[in-house]
Amino acid sequence: MNIVVCIKQVPDTAEVKINPETGTLMREGVPSIVNPFDTFAIEEALCLKEKFGGKVTVLTMGPQQAVEALKEALAMGADQAILLSDRAFAGSDTWATAYTLALAIRKLGAFDIILCGKQAIDGDTGQVGPGIAVQLAVTALTYVSKINRVEIEPAPGFIEVERVLDEGRETLQTRLPVLLTVVKDINIPRLSTISDIRRAVQMRIPTWTAADLPGADPKKLGLDGSPTRVVTICSPPGRGATVEMIPADRVDEAASALVEKILARNVL
Amino acid sequence: MAIVSIDKEKCIGCGACVDVCPFGALIMADDVAAVNDKCTACGACLDICPVMAISLPESTGGPARDLTAYQGVWVWVEQFRGKARSISWEMMGQGRRLADRRKAALTACVLGHGVEHIAGEAIAYGADRVFHVDHPGLGVYRTSPYAAALVGLVRRYKPEIFLLGASLRGRDLAGSVATELYTGLTADCTGLEIDPESGFLRQTRPAFGGNILATILCPNHRPQMSTVRHRVFEMPHPDSHRQGQIVAVETKLDEERIATSVLNFVQEFTEVNLTEARVIVSGGRGLGNPKGFEMLRELADVLGGTVAASRAAVDAGWIPYEHQVGQTGRTVRPDLYIACGISGAVQHLAGMNTAQVIVAINKDPAAPIFSVADYGITGDLYQIIPALTEQFRKRLRS
Ligand SMILES: Cc1cc2nc3c(=O)[nH]c(=O)nc-3n(C[C@H](O)[C@H](O)[C@H](O)COP(=O)(O)OP(=O)(O)OC[C@H]3O[C@@H](n4cnc5c(N)ncnc54)[C@H](O)[C@@H]3O)c2cc1C
Ligand SMILES: Nc1ncnc2c1ncn2[C@@H]1O[C@H](COP(=O)(O)O)[C@@H](O)[C@H]1O
Repeated sequence: MNIVVCIKQVPDTAEVKINPETGTLMREGVPSIVNPFDTFAIEEALCLKEKFGGKVTVLTMGPQQAVEALKEALAMGADQAILLSDRAFAGSDTWATAYTLALAIRKLGAFDIILCGKQAIDGDTGQVGPGIAVQLAVTALTYVSKINRVEIEPAPGFIEVERVLDEGRETLQTRLPVLLTVVKDINIPRLSTISDIRRAVQMRIPTWTAADLPGADPKKLGLDGSPTRVVTICSPPGRGATVEMIPADRVDEAASALVEKILARNVL
Repeated sequence: MAIVSIDKEKCIGCGACVDVCPFGALIMADDVAAVNDKCTACGACLDICPVMAISLPESTGGPARDLTAYQGVWVWVEQFRGKARSISWEMMGQGRRLADRRKAALTACVLGHGVEHIAGEAIAYGADRVFHVDHPGLGVYRTSPYAAALVGLVRRYKPEIFLLGASLRGRDLAGSVATELYTGLTADCTGLEIDPESGFLRQTRPAFGGNILATILCPNHRPQMSTVRHRVFEMPHPDSHRQGQIVAVETKLDEERIATSVLNFVQEFTEVNLTEARVIVSGGRGLGNPKGFEMLRELADVLGGTVAASRAAVDAGWIPYEHQVGQTGRTVRPDLYIACGISGAVQHLAGMNTAQVIVAINKDPAAPIFSVADYGITGDLYQIIPALTEQFRKRLRS
């Protein structure tokens, strides 16, 4: 079974803080991590490989430093990793990202399953997975929480999964090949040992540029290929309310004062 | 991957851009700013530069199209088992406002099987026209037939703006449709405005875990597509006297050619009534233990409200995820939100700061929750909440 996992290196948004005085982002010491949802995708790929044999290839598009994310995936047990990095990819929005990743997947050859995270925590869009599937003309099943069954014989084979929707859980079946985006309920990612990490560090990670992607249309890459433009960035506005603090020296008095104020607002 | 360019002649070396860059892509070299390969062209540095030394390279902007051929605002009306989801009507409210600004018509797209009644409701909620696509193959949501139907309609009728709810189905569908149409899609918008000069849609959304707000345009592709967060916008009032046109759209759907089938559905959540609740009593890590929620539930019961939580309380396992309010939980818009033992992280505020009245109870007078609250009490919630419950019980009975 050929499995491709798309992972993204992201700033750890839990560590991002706002400078209260200037209202700007404080990025000092904010570490880069593998997008948490993508670690579930890697784990699921490794489980599938353990069951069906085959090969797990991890892909990322990003700056040179994104090889660190690929090394983590290799340390977990992926067989091969490829970095897509080129000035021409810079400024890609989700459309251009999906286009570029799809070209790379096509170059890798036949695949059975592509795995993505449900969304990346820096952008929170969840658009790249469905985008790749459309570019490759395969089915996308999003928000998958469990793979119930995979049958590769007789060809083309099929997969049955459970996925989360707003009202509950749906069981779906579709033909292979397929693209899945996964949620955190699906598994618990394994930890790598020191020797796994040592082995991963030794592995060669090729970098593919635009010139390495057959059929790449330069007009569809990077900023030029991206329909959306970020025009401004600002910090979230305040609510414009000034808080009225109620003295709490005596709890009963504070409680009744608050109750009167709320009742006066006519919201109950 | 350098992408912003810095005019070294103009740069005065103040370093303001270095501080605002979310990616650490700007550094000082030889007393002027320089950009490294971490740059993603997010634009965060453009406005901060006092001498306008930073610019994004002009882009050719992809395929040139006749943008004027695209007119009108569309909304996809999501339905589940024959019932329209409230998020779709919230978007009709926004769609109506944008259509009026553009002096254009508002169209609702209703897909399903046996859901004519929703087409009528869409008119009551503000649609001038409804495309009603009825087919047994559309009875249960599946990405490919839904996407194919919408892509077909867009190619034929060319809307300028297309809004979908940022529900799980909405995000799934929008991602497919936008890719197929080669147009821009902005996820999870919390603000939609028409730019007075260009007439373009200014789409505002939180990014970086809610730490910043980005405004995004889609200048050269159509339609301009957005998914919109639940409960961020007000629910419009339906008017059953409104007139509109219902257009039945034929679809050639061949079940044989749809790869996916839905085998089963287990309903688990009833939206916990959280998103619809008028009164919410919400608890955070300050409760200290799961039992604290029993006390909150008592207060909520007296007020006819619902209990919610911060992510810290959910992560601690004190209450299930569907009660979580915030960036990665639900957005709520109650008349009254009582935050108990919640510090008020931006990610939490993102889910509740459109509440009409906010009350904060926290023992730390410097907790950021007080900066969005209307009323605050500094103190131990285990003393204050029972007293509050008692007072409300007395006053509401009388
Ligand atoms: C990408 C991302 C997404 C996130 N999404 C969400 C989200 O959707 N929703 C969300 O809520 N958070 C979210 N978070 C987490 C958020 O950053 C905060 O960590 C979280 O909201 C903190 O929860 P809290 O206020 O309950 O806990 P704390 O920050 O620990 O605050 C506890 C408060 O309780 C007070 N307190 C303690 N004891 C008492 C007492 N006896 N009486 C009164 N007050 C007391 C303390 O003074 C303190 O202010 C997200 C974070 C990230 C990075
Ligand atoms: N630059 C990238 N390189 C590789 N995979 C990506 C990239 N961006 C997004 N993805 C994949 O797409 C998923 C959704 O990302 P997003 O649409 O940005 O929220 C991620 O969880 C990854 O699996």
